Amino acid sequence: MKIHLENVVKTFESFQAVKGVSLDIESGELVALLGPSGSGKTTILRMVAGLEYADGGAIHFGDQDATDIPVRDRGVGFVFQHYALFPHMTVADNIAFGMKVSKVKRDRAAIDRRVADLLRLVRLEGLGDRFPAQISGGQRQRVALARALSVDPKVLLLDEPFGALDANVRRDLRRWLREIHSELGITTLFVTHDQEEALDLADRVVILKDGQIVQQGTPQEVCRDPKSAFVMKFLGDANVIAAEVKDGRAHVGGLSVEAAGVADGRGELYARPSDIDWSEEGPGITAEITRVLDRADGRRVLATTDAGEALEFDVEPERVVKAGDAGFVTLRRAKVFAAG
Amino acid sequence: MRRRNVLPGLPLSLGVTLFYVGLIVVLPLAALAFKAASLGFEDYWRIVSSSRSVASYRVTVLSALGATTFNLFFGLALAWVITRYRFPGRRIIDAVVDLPFALPTAVAGIALTALFANSGWFGSVLEGFGIKVAYTPIGIMIAMCFTSLPFIVRTVQPVLEDLDPALEEAAQSLGGSDWTIFRKVILPLLAPALLAGVSLSFARCLGEFGAIIFIAGNQPMSTEITALLIFIRLEEYDYQAAAAIASVLLLAAFFMLAVTNWLQARALRYTVKG
Repeated sequence: MKIHLENVVKTFESFQAVKGVSLDIESGELVALLGPSGSGKTTILRMVAGLEYADGGAIHFGDQDATDIPVRDRGVGFVFQHYALFPHMTVADNIAFGMKVSKVKRDRAAIDRRVADLLRLVRLEGLGDRFPAQISGGQRQRVALARALSVDPKVLLLDEPFGALDANVRRDLRRWLREIHSELGITTLFVTHDQEEALDLADRVVILKDGQIVQQGTPQEVCRDPKSAFVMKFLGDANVIAAEVKDGRAHVGGLSVEAAGVADGRGELYARPSDIDWSEEGPGITAEITRVLDRADGRRVLATTDAGEALEFDVEPERVVKAGDAGFVTLRRAKVFAAG
Repeated sequence: MRRRNVLPGLPLSLGVTLFYVGLIVVLPLAALAFKAASLGFEDYWRIVSSSRSVASYRVTVLSALGATTFNLFFGLALAWVITRYRFPGRRIIDAVVDLPFALPTAVAGIALTALFANSGWFGSVLEGFGIKVAYTPIGIMIAMCFTSLPFIVRTVQPVLEDLDPALEEAAQSLGGSDWTIFRKVILPLLAPALLAGVSLSFARCLGEFGAIIFIAGNQPMSTEITALLIFIRLEEYDYQAAAAIASVLLLAAFFMLAVTNWLQARALRYTVKG
C-alpha cells in the first residue's frame, strides 16, 4: 500500500510538533524516520497510524483519503516501543486478540492456525502459553510484531522498535526484521533516533529536524551527500574545522578543499574520523595529540589544532603515537558548509 | 553473600513487629475466642443461632453486600473520572473522597439521619415517592456506602494511573471497540485492585457501627445490625454472649479475606515469572 502525506501539520497546545511534512512511501518500501528527540518523527508515525489526528494536510493510503479514518478502521499494524503487550494474556492470546475482536468472524480453529503460523514466523514456537512477564525483552518485541501482523495490516508501523533492548539483541532483531520484510513485502515505516539502525535497515531514510524533513534518500545518498551540517553531524562522528572559503574552495593550514556552491567567507570543514590522516611532516593543519584510545578495530586519536579545535581520527593499530606528539593533519575527503 | 539491608537487625525488627502483632491483633482475638469457647457448644449455638442474632446477620450481610456492590460501580466510576479527566474542581473531589475516613463515623451518622429523616432535605422529597430511608435497611446501606467508599476509589486509582495508555492504543489499532477494550483489557487489569477494594469495603461495612446506629432505628429483627447486638450484650454485662456473636462476625471476615486473597492470586497469576 502506497502512503502519501501532504503538508501534514500537528500542534500540541502551543508547540508545533510537525510543521508541514510531505512524504511518499512506495508500496513495499521499508522507510526510516530518523531524527533527534523532539523532531516530530513519532508524531508523524502516530498520525499515519491514526493514533493522532493531523491538524492540517492529508494522509492518503493508496487512493483513499485516510486522514480522518480512526485507528481501529485504518488497517495498520503498530508496534510500540515498550511492546504494550496485554500482561494478563498469554503470548498466544495476545496474538489472537486482533482476530477475536475483528468484525470479520473467524472460527476458533482458523485463529489457532494463524497464531501458530505467526509464532513460527517470529520464531517463538512453544512459547504460546507463556505470559509476557515470563519472556525476554527481545521475545516480547517479536510477540508485539506477530500481534501487529495478525490483522493483515496494509501498513506496518514501528515506534523505536528496538530502543529498549541491548545492543546485541538489537542487531539480531534488525537483521531478522529485514528478513521478515522481504518475506512479506509489507509497506513498513519505522521511527528511530539511532542512525546506525536507520542506515542498516531501511531502503530509504527520512531525516527530520524540528518538525520538518531536512533530507531524504537511500542510505548511500544521505551518507555520501549530506546536504547540511545538521545531517552530516547527525549521521555520525564529524570533526569540524573552521576554514576560509574563496572562489569555490575552502582553505585552512595550507590545505585546500573543494567547496562548490558555498559563498565566500567563513566556512566549516566537516570530516569523518576515517577521513583524517596524521603525519609527522607537513604540509597540513598543525595539531597536537592529547590522548590515544585503543579499540578492538584500531587506535582512536584525540588531538587539538593550533586554533583549539578538538579532532578525533583513527590510525592503524601498529602506528606509534602518544599524547604530546606534534604533527600535521591532512584530509582525505571533507564536506564544506557555510559557518552557522 | 548476605544482602545488606537499610534497616539493620533482623532479630530486633522481627522481634518488635511480632511482639506488636501479637499484642494488638492476636491477643484480643484469642481472648475473644477464649471467651466464646468458655460457653460450651450448646449455649454457644443457642446464642449465635437465636432468631434475633440470625436476623441481625441477615440485615448486616445483605446491607453490606448492597453497599459494596453500589460502591464497586460508583467507586470505579469515580476513580476513572478523577484519573482520566482534567476538569476544574478535580483536586477537590479527589480530596473529598477521603472525608469518610477522616470524619468521626458518629458525625456521619447524625448528618445522614438529619438528611434522610422524614423532615430532612432528602427524606421529605423521598417521602413523596413513598420511599422511607431513615430507620429502614436502606438507611443502613446508605451509611455503609458512605463510610466504605474510599476503599474502592483508593485501591483502584493508583492502578488506573499506572495503566500504560499504549495498551489501549494497541487494542484500538487491532480493531477493538471501546467496550471490548474496557471489558477485555482494562477490567481484567483492574480486577485485582477492585477485588482488594471490595474486600476491604465489605469488611468495613460488616463492622460499621457509629454511622449506622443513628439512621437505622435499631428495631430488633429488622434494623438491628450485628455490631449493635454485640454492644447491647456488652451493656447487659453478658460478655460471653457478646463474644459468641462477635466470633461469627470474625469468622465471616476471615472467610471473606481468604476468598478474596485466593481470587486475587488467581487474577494476578500472569505476573509470576516463569
